[in-house]
Amino acid sequence: MSRIQARFDALKADGRRALIPYVTAGDPNPGLTVPLMHGLVEAGADIVEVGVPFSDPIGDGPVIQLACERALVHGTSLRDVLGMVREFRQKDSETPVVLMGYMNPVEVMGYVRFAQEAAEAGVDGVLTVDMPPEEMGELSERLAAAGLDPIFLVAPTTTEQRMQVICDHARGFIYYVSLKGVTGSDTLDVEAVAGRVDRLHHMTGLPVGVGFGISTPEKAAQMSQAADAVVVGSALVRQIQEHTDDDGLILEKVTGLLASMRSAMDADASATA
Amino acid sequence: MAKTSEDMQQTVDYSQFPDKDGHFGVYGGRFVPETLMAPLAELTEAYLRYRNDPDFLRELDNDATQFVGRPSPLYFAERWSEKIGGARIYLKREDLNHTGAHKINNALGQALLAKRMGKRRVIAETGAGQHGVASATVAARLGMECVVYMGADDIQRQSPNVFRMRLLGAKVVPVTSGTRTLKDALNEAMRDWVTNVDDTFYIIGTVAGPHPYPLMVRDFQTIMGREARRQILEQEGRLPDALVACVGGGSNAIGLFHPFLNDASVQLHGVEAGGYGIASGQHAAPLCAGKPGVLHGNRTYLMEDEGGQIIGTHSISAGLDYPGVGPEHSWLKDIKRAVYTSVTDDEAMQGFHAVTRTEGIIPALETSHALAHAEKLARELGPDGIIIVNLSGRGDKDLQTVANVEGITL
Repeated sequence: MSRIQARFDALKADGRRALIPYVTAGDPNPGLTVPLMHGLVEAGADIVEVGVPFSDPIGDGPVIQLACERALVHGTSLRDVLGMVREFRQKDSETPVVLMGYMNPVEVMGYVRFAQEAAEAGVDGVLTVDMPPEEMGELSERLAAAGLDPIFLVAPTTTEQRMQVICDHARGFIYYVSLKGVTGSDTLDVEAVAGRVDRLHHMTGLPVGVGFGISTPEKAAQMSQAADAVVVGSALVRQIQEHTDDDGLILEKVTGLLASMRSAMDADASATA
Repeated sequence: MAKTSEDMQQTVDYSQFPDKDGHFGVYGGRFVPETLMAPLAELTEAYLRYRNDPDFLRELDNDATQFVGRPSPLYFAERWSEKIGGARIYLKREDLNHTGAHKINNALGQALLAKRMGKRRVIAETGAGQHGVASATVAARLGMECVVYMGADDIQRQSPNVFRMRLLGAKVVPVTSGTRTLKDALNEAMRDWVTNVDDTFYIIGTVAGPHPYPLMVRDFQTIMGREARRQILEQEGRLPDALVACVGGGSNAIGLFHPFLNDASVQLHGVEAGGYGIASGQHAAPLCAGKPGVLHGNRTYLMEDEGGQIIGTHSISAGLDYPGVGPEHSWLKDIKRAVYTSVTDDEAMQGFHAVTRTEGIIPALETSHALAHAEKLARELGPDGIIIVNLSGRGDKDLQTVANVEGITL
């Protein structure tokens, strides 16, 4: 059983929803990424999503674009990111790690090598924002052979027919994009999201996470009512952006925000239990 | 055994490419965030429906004639040819189009399609500003809202075009992320589209991007090649020996080349921006010096570092300053149907002056790259040869750049 599935099974048994924080590897400096990952787990993360910096992140809003630029100043490469996951695994063999990024660094490394090295480093899932299942072909096979879960986005514009195609290709969990827009936007419609997540639950047994635009503990709690997992990225990265030259303060602010999201979600869960 | 590229070439039916998912061999495709997959499917369906719709084609043809001024002449550059002392060089005069470049052929086609699809808002990216001006122009003509994304550095070096766009009623948005040039403008336009998919039509300016753009933009631009083929047969009684066009994204090149792909005797020469020279690393020549990868929705040759990050490019011409290239060019390179070469900033400047002084035509700096290569090729082919160069745009927009290069204060 994959670490991702095991984690969702355990949460389900407890009646809890997963909280999945995202940080861009190498932001604001490569030395802080692994301590941040551990800090996020301590603050209540169930799965950690690590962004692979890319020069042209077309699916991301300004907050994560700037995070990529800060990471690339240090030359943070896909290979470096795998090294960070390997280091993280020395102290944490339980928490699933998902890489989120864009195709080109993977293309350059080569599918075979990427899948092998990612699995060896301790990565559990891979989400490439600009790789739809239709183009996935060989990469899908390589990821499967290495035991890595391909994670896919489903968007508000995704047709029912495509939702089924994506569900058939996906493993680990489905990532529902809660709004039309890039990461970090701020126009959430909880009811509409709940309806779409419900459709997905009818199509697949996989857990459904919701992300994009979840910026406060209140929104995290609301969304956790509708889905199996809540993904938080730009809100955390904004804390890094505001304190780029103080590692200690970044750790404090990022983990503090995540912890407050965790308590809001758990309070909501026990209130409705 | 795998077929050699020569075997491939003889058996290729070029009309079958791209395939239904937008692939030219291993290139092309559709690599975009999920939010755009449905709008791209909707666009593909609409385009394939109108592509052969007599009413749509009549409307397009009418505007191409009455608004753009087509057909453009195929002009024999007699003095320039004589001065070089080689092949007879013909210039396909796209500089004479309304707005001064070939870009309007595509912007018009896409805007008319947007109208049929009921989209009231169009967005575009632009480098040199020619595609932005063309998009703003057709948006004004059709009464549509228009937003143009342009790199902050390009806004500096192409200020007359920025003013033109604003006069035409377009909103020009400076893009300050990344390298502040064309590729970043494209990123920002895609983000706008992801956010406003319901009412917005994204007019991509070149034969790159996700399917169906490389197909659709090519189709709208092949009017140049179809006209040129007919015109050269009328004027010379035979096909040319070679076609030459500059390649940034590659729309003026594909538009000229495509109707000649099945004419095996016609050499196709694409000319990339060699900047300070390929060896310097400061250029914009992915076909000459790059590797295949994925950017802006398609698989194609790219300029990238060893980790797969897209690297900054350099060219004297903003319109060629792009790290990728249309996927069909990548495929034509691999199967050896077309050859791709590069010309430096300095050589392009020489081509610019030569044609300006001998023919009384001030070409765009992008176009000047093709002219510089045509001069070399004309000598190789000799006086019996015939070359058609796509004179893709006029150079008024570049006067400030030329003055700066030559240390002249206007």
